[in-house]
Amino acid sequence: MVNLGFSIGDLHFKNPVLTASGTFGYGSEFDDFLDISKLGGIILKGTTVEPREGNPYPRMAETPSGMLNAVGLQNKGIEYFENIIYPRVLNYKTNIIVNVNGSYIEDYVALAERIDKLEKIPAIELNISCPNVKMGGMAFGTNLVSAREVTREVRAVYSKKLIVKLSPNVTDIVDFARVVEEEGADSVSLINTLLGMSVDVVNMRPALSTITGGLSGPAIKPVALRMVWQVANAVKIPVIGVGGIMSVSDALEFLLAGASAIQIGTASFIDPQAAVNIVKGIEDFLERKGFSDVKQIIGYINRSD
Amino acid sequence: MAKRIEDLKVIGNKRLTNDFFILELLGNTKIPDFKAGQFAQVRVDGSPETFLRRPISIHDVDFDKNSFKILIQIAGKGTKTLSELGNGDILNLIYPLGNSFSLPFKNEKVLLVGGGCGIAPLLFLARYLKSNGNIPEILLGFRNSERIIEFEEYSKIGPVFVTTEDGSMGEKGYVTSHSVFSARQYDRIYCCGPETMMKAIASYCKKRNISCEVSLENLMACGIGVCLCCIVDTVKGNLCTCVDGPVFNINDLKW
Repeated sequence: MVNLGFSIGDLHFKNPVLTASGTFGYGSEFDDFLDISKLGGIILKGTTVEPREGNPYPRMAETPSGMLNAVGLQNKGIEYFENIIYPRVLNYKTNIIVNVNGSYIEDYVALAERIDKLEKIPAIELNISCPNVKMGGMAFGTNLVSAREVTREVRAVYSKKLIVKLSPNVTDIVDFARVVEEEGADSVSLINTLLGMSVDVVNMRPALSTITGGLSGPAIKPVALRMVWQVANAVKIPVIGVGGIMSVSDALEFLLAGASAIQIGTASFIDPQAAVNIVKGIEDFLERKGFSDVKQIIGYINRSD
Repeated sequence: MAKRIEDLKVIGNKRLTNDFFILELLGNTKIPDFKAGQFAQVRVDGSPETFLRRPISIHDVDFDKNSFKILIQIAGKGTKTLSELGNGDILNLIYPLGNSFSLPFKNEKVLLVGGGCGIAPLLFLARYLKSNGNIPEILLGFRNSERIIEFEEYSKIGPVFVTTEDGSMGEKGYVTSHSVFSARQYDRIYCCGPETMMKAIASYCKKRNISCEVSLENLMACGIGVCLCCIVDTVKGNLCTCVDGPVFNINDLKW
């Protein structure tokens, strides 16, 4: 038997495989394809205080080994979440984490206060890295002062586990990881999408209504992996790696580079069973290699022997 | 209807024209109870530049043979790769996806309007309508006679009218200018094709209070309602083409 569990403080996850926000809906969309209780956790679609319609169509462009999106946090707001979504997800036998977004610090604080009261939500993921909204989002996550401030203010009102999702669109992501750790974040997840763009040559127009969007998929994996390795070597809190993980081998790369856990994102669009297959694959790998605990391989590449 | 992810065996690849082909796929187990208008998300293997699945309409279903067909237009590298599949090859599908056309009331006079690749979801609909005692009339529009596809299949079901833009077969012009619209009256029209064509049909139907449904084709990533990329701006707010559609009543669209 291999132990796959990992923890953020006293919050235990049965395995290190989570699903990334915005790629797994509210979970039930995947009921026909997998057993959610087999996952370490699921991170629900980004939620804001007020309902949002998101950006106009077109919001997506396929790119070499990836895709750009400019969804813009379309969601029905926190009230709908509390009344409709929460009762639906609270019986899932895995950790349910809410991804939290805002235009102003007050929005993040208000959401954190409300979600703190939801008994079955043991953690939030503070999204200070969405590249597709006009205000807030990535603006917080690309400025050290505001990243510090929003983390501090949310920490002051939120009693459970606080994960901060970092933007790769910065000069040095390590500085941001250190700042949010100093302000009391329990974990960091990285990376959010890389800012990119695409032009429709036939129509001679931008491919996205917003011109720029967030790049995800295997195209960004080497960048994500590099950043995860840098951050894992710089902070003490657990690092959750995300960015282009499609296979078991991809997931193992992140763990070996220092991620305590990983998130499956865009891969779920191509293979809705990717996340559970990766759980099984990690277990098989550890058994084959003679490890008894996944923790034994976290940051393994840093060993000098 | 539960969605499946399955490897299916190709048992036919029929080239219709330079651009169009039909793949026939055999069910592993009993094929689902498909509804007309649904689609599949097809994974394209062997084309490294094709990252996402391709949404493809269910064109025809043969429950006796336990097989179904998908009609595909070669539009890029992904669909080109699919066109090279042969008998015995395996295709991975997520299906059946999306909603379906609503059914007419008894004795309603029904017209199906298809343009180009948009004829794909209408064959199974036509067959279904006929088996329920309502023989539809069918209007198909193409650029020219060389691009006409599935005319014989539709002709087995009901009366077929054709327009071509160059007049090389049927009436010359677009479907919207065909004489059926002045000669006959319909209670219900189902339409799939280029957006400008669907908008013109929708406008015709709205003026005459004819019930009309269109099948939309938006850029899609997941196909199961989670990525929120394939949205349609409707009177009910943004809806997903993949789960709230692809079939929409024109009264719900802001056309």
